Amino acid sequence: MESLFAALPGAVAQGLIWGIMAIGVYITYRILDVADLTVDGTMCTGGAVCIMMLLNGYNVWVALIAATAAGMLAGLATGLFHTFMGIPAILAGILTQLSLYSVNLKIMGKANQAINVDQCDLLVSLRFIKLSTTIERAGNAVKGFFSNTIVIVALITVIVIFILYWFFGTELGCSLRATGCNGNMARAQGINTNMNKVLGLMISNGLVGLSSALLAQYQGFADVQMGRGAIVIGLAAVIIGEAVFGRIFHNFGFRLLGVVFGSILYYLVLQIVIWRGIDTDLLKLLSALVVAIFLAVPYWKGKYFSKPVKRGGNQ
Amino acid sequence: MLEIKNVYKTFNPGTVNEKQALRGISLTLEDGDFVTVIGGNGAGKSTMLNAVAGVWPVDEGQIIIDGVDVTKLSEHKRAAYLGRVFQDPMNGTAATMGIEENLALAYRRGQHRTLRPGIRRKEREEYRELLKILGLGLEDRLTSKVGLLSGGQRQALTLLMATLKKPKLLLLDEHTAALDPKTAAKVLETTETIVNRDHLTTLMITHNMRDAIAHGNRLIMMMEGKIILDIRGEEKKKLTVEDLLHQFEVVSGEQFASDKAILG
Repeated sequence: MESLFAALPGAVAQGLIWGIMAIGVYITYRILDVADLTVDGTMCTGGAVCIMMLLNGYNVWVALIAATAAGMLAGLATGLFHTFMGIPAILAGILTQLSLYSVNLKIMGKANQAINVDQCDLLVSLRFIKLSTTIERAGNAVKGFFSNTIVIVALITVIVIFILYWFFGTELGCSLRATGCNGNMARAQGINTNMNKVLGLMISNGLVGLSSALLAQYQGFADVQMGRGAIVIGLAAVIIGEAVFGRIFHNFGFRLLGVVFGSILYYLVLQIVIWRGIDTDLLKLLSALVVAIFLAVPYWKGKYFSKPVKRGGNQ
Repeated sequence: MLEIKNVYKTFNPGTVNEKQALRGISLTLEDGDFVTVIGGNGAGKSTMLNAVAGVWPVDEGQIIIDGVDVTKLSEHKRAAYLGRVFQDPMNGTAATMGIEENLALAYRRGQHRTLRPGIRRKEREEYRELLKILGLGLEDRLTSKVGLLSGGQRQALTLLMATLKKPKLLLLDEHTAALDPKTAAKVLETTETIVNRDHLTTLMITHNMRDAIAHGNRLIMMMEGKIILDIRGEEKKKLTVEDLLHQFEVVSGEQFASDKAILG
């Protein structure tokens, strides 16, 4: 039991970091109504860019912004594949994802790049998750609430949610929501749906890049495999968030918060499953099955549990 | 106000499903014309409207709206000139967005969408007043999601959205066909009210000959991608369903005869 409790803060920190990624998935999957598979690649690109910049002596904030920008570029690529070249969205995402594998290797120069927390001034790390301990930061002892990884990522998450809440309330943001909801209607109201899809994919992948950069710092390395299955984790977080908090969170900002909570729950459950001693090789299989079942629930509900329609109606 | 000049459109060219939907159609609408369009299935009515709206590029010909050649403009750019209501009530509104949000989207048609707030407080008052015209009680449900509304309510809302910013041309594609007769009559009545109030140039497709006769100042009938009848003015006012059926037989009969002649 003790080992489980010791692991929980780490699970929360990871859940929070992946939560930012899950918000990105929410934007494509729920708002744009596109399943964007680019994220499996972007979830490494952000980290790769961030780690390489830190190794080359750049400031951590500059590295985070660059990682976000790299993610947005990946989103732009998928968006252009989809809109300009007319490739179906899922396939466009797969193409970008595959090409990012090469790009990520080229960014890092090899399959894995580690970073030493004692040499670089990292924003977040595995080591900074306990409140009580004194934190060694780049050789200087820093103790405090605002050095804690969980607190920092929570703050970043809140800022991200605030910005998105504002954005999706603007004229442009509203037109983006309309694009995902009903493309015909959007075009009839003079909305450039292609441009909006590209924009949405860029915002989404930008967030995934940011999340990836935080994750790479947290775990102390970037790895070419670190994004594998990211879309499934993101979907799991979105679905869990909606299933658990959907009834109480109606406001858009709170829905995004629900997605982050969903991600944290996912990692807590994962931690418990690991603690119970399950073969960790099976984790991805389990995740995929759980997501598949959750995705099937609304379909089954409609098919097998729908209320009988009154006879004599028009339909 | 609208000029369609010799427009051709063929779907799936070169395949077994090839369909010549428009065969050199030409039509000119004067400012304030309210034209009803009738014709059988596959006559090209909706295709003509979609050609004007720019859903896809036409093969040949020109489309001019208020002196501007829009033939090469994309659908969303042309939208600045057009108000559109579709046959399917689900098609004209965004279901997951509120009534006021849908109206706000329509209010900004033809404008560059910026990072200013998507909806402003004083707009709400305006929307409330406009929704009262519909007489459906929607003015008290501004924040309700449109997905919760009935087909008739959604269609009425779409009509309001299409005319919120006065369009150069209003395109109605069988917009009452999917509604029950009572709701259809109500939506049609609202259409008439708004078109008269704003003096809108209108092109309305209908499958109902009675409606086609009762509304508008001009009636056209289409067949096989061409306009085969064009009745206006006094003649239109005196028109009856029997006249129309008779005329249809005469015109289509001739068409049939000429086809036969060609086939030899």
